[in-house]
Amino acid sequence: MAAEGGHGPQTSGDYISHHLQNLQVCKDETGEWVWNVCAGNPMAINVDSMFWSVLLGLVFCFMFWRVAKRSSAGRPTKFQAAVEIIVEFVDSSVKDTFHGKSNLIAPLGLTIFVWVFLMNLMDLVPVDWIPMASAAIGIPYMKVVPSTDVNITFGMSIAVFFLIIFYTIKNKGVTGFIGELTLHPIAPPTRGLGLIAAPFIIAFNLILESVALLAKPVSLSLRLFGNMFAGELIFILIALLGLWQLPLHFGWAVFHVLIVTLQAFIFMMLTIVYLSLASESH
Amino acid sequence: MDINMTLIGQTIAMIVFVWFCMKFIWPPILKALEERQQQIEEGLAAADKSQEKLVEAQAQADEIVSEARQQATGILDQAHARANEIVAEGKSAGVKERERQLLAAKAEIEQEANKAREELRGQVSAIAIASAEKILMREIDGRAHDDILGKLAQEL
Repeated sequence: MAAEGGHGPQTSGDYISHHLQNLQVCKDETGEWVWNVCAGNPMAINVDSMFWSVLLGLVFCFMFWRVAKRSSAGRPTKFQAAVEIIVEFVDSSVKDTFHGKSNLIAPLGLTIFVWVFLMNLMDLVPVDWIPMASAAIGIPYMKVVPSTDVNITFGMSIAVFFLIIFYTIKNKGVTGFIGELTLHPIAPPTRGLGLIAAPFIIAFNLILESVALLAKPVSLSLRLFGNMFAGELIFILIALLGLWQLPLHFGWAVFHVLIVTLQAFIFMMLTIVYLSLASESH
Repeated sequence: MDINMTLIGQTIAMIVFVWFCMKFIWPPILKALEERQQQIEEGLAAADKSQEKLVEAQAQADEIVSEARQQATGILDQAHARANEIVAEGKSAGVKERERQLLAAKAEIEQEANKAREELRGQVSAIAIASAEKILMREIDGRAHDDILGKLAQEL
């Protein structure tokens, strides 16, 4: 299946790297928009990732909005019941973890869960279908799983990161935020000879706590990215096997359904946990 | 795997979707859920209450039925008694009527008999007088012996 890709003779390496290449657009030195020669350009945009990500976000919004618009306390339709199960699941997860009052966290959790789930779910589309279909209409690269693009996962975790900082400052004030960064885990001495050591202790705390703070979005995004990228890569490798790919693909897809759901859940749950940590005083 | 502007694009997309969810998706769905929870709670409570009422009504109905049955037997008994009474009354009235008519008939018969006897007596006395006249035409003065003849007629 891989070898007859339509681009002439192809090695396995070509096939794999072709599948891992984003469709990119950027401006070159002359200010012209150019396609797919953007390696290393920080102003480039991965058009395929953005397209699928926004499309799936719109799918989520449309599906849930339709239910929300018609939702009533009466007898629910089957689809409404399914949506409500997801909403209740997210709601109970939020209520278990986050004890404060917030109109943002539960919808944020729902959006993250369903959106990430849908993005991960694109991994189950056989790896050649959409790239080959788009090649047939003249689009050379098409990476269909947005969550295998590190930009996408980082984009989301950075939003979560700013929310963490926002919630910390909102609930503890700027001084509380700075105090959290500098006065933990070793409390600096406040009198006597120990005062000489205080700046060093504060600096030490600052380094430690900053790393801990920055590790949150990094681990959040890299976890999702790593899982999905590895899964996608295995699908691509399986696709190289000829006829044997059929049972293997099925087996891996079944296993991957678990990862798809689990990673979406973990991303949502950790977001909620980080935000509840940010808004609760120790 | 370079970091590029896609990151910013995704962050913006996420903010928009989360805002949309917060504004248009989460509140109506949660409101409907809470309303339904309340409705179900109320429904269950109402079901319990109506169950209780049903038991109560059942008991009441049983009571009414047994009362009615009692009343019905009472009415039936009364009706039987009345019927017997009517029959007895009818019987006694019939007996009385029969006696009355019997008495009336007897009286009439006696009257008739008396009348006939009276007539007969008159006729016999007339015959006796006539035959006595014939025998004693000469010797007996009708007027002088009228009292004897009268007495005779009386005895007859």
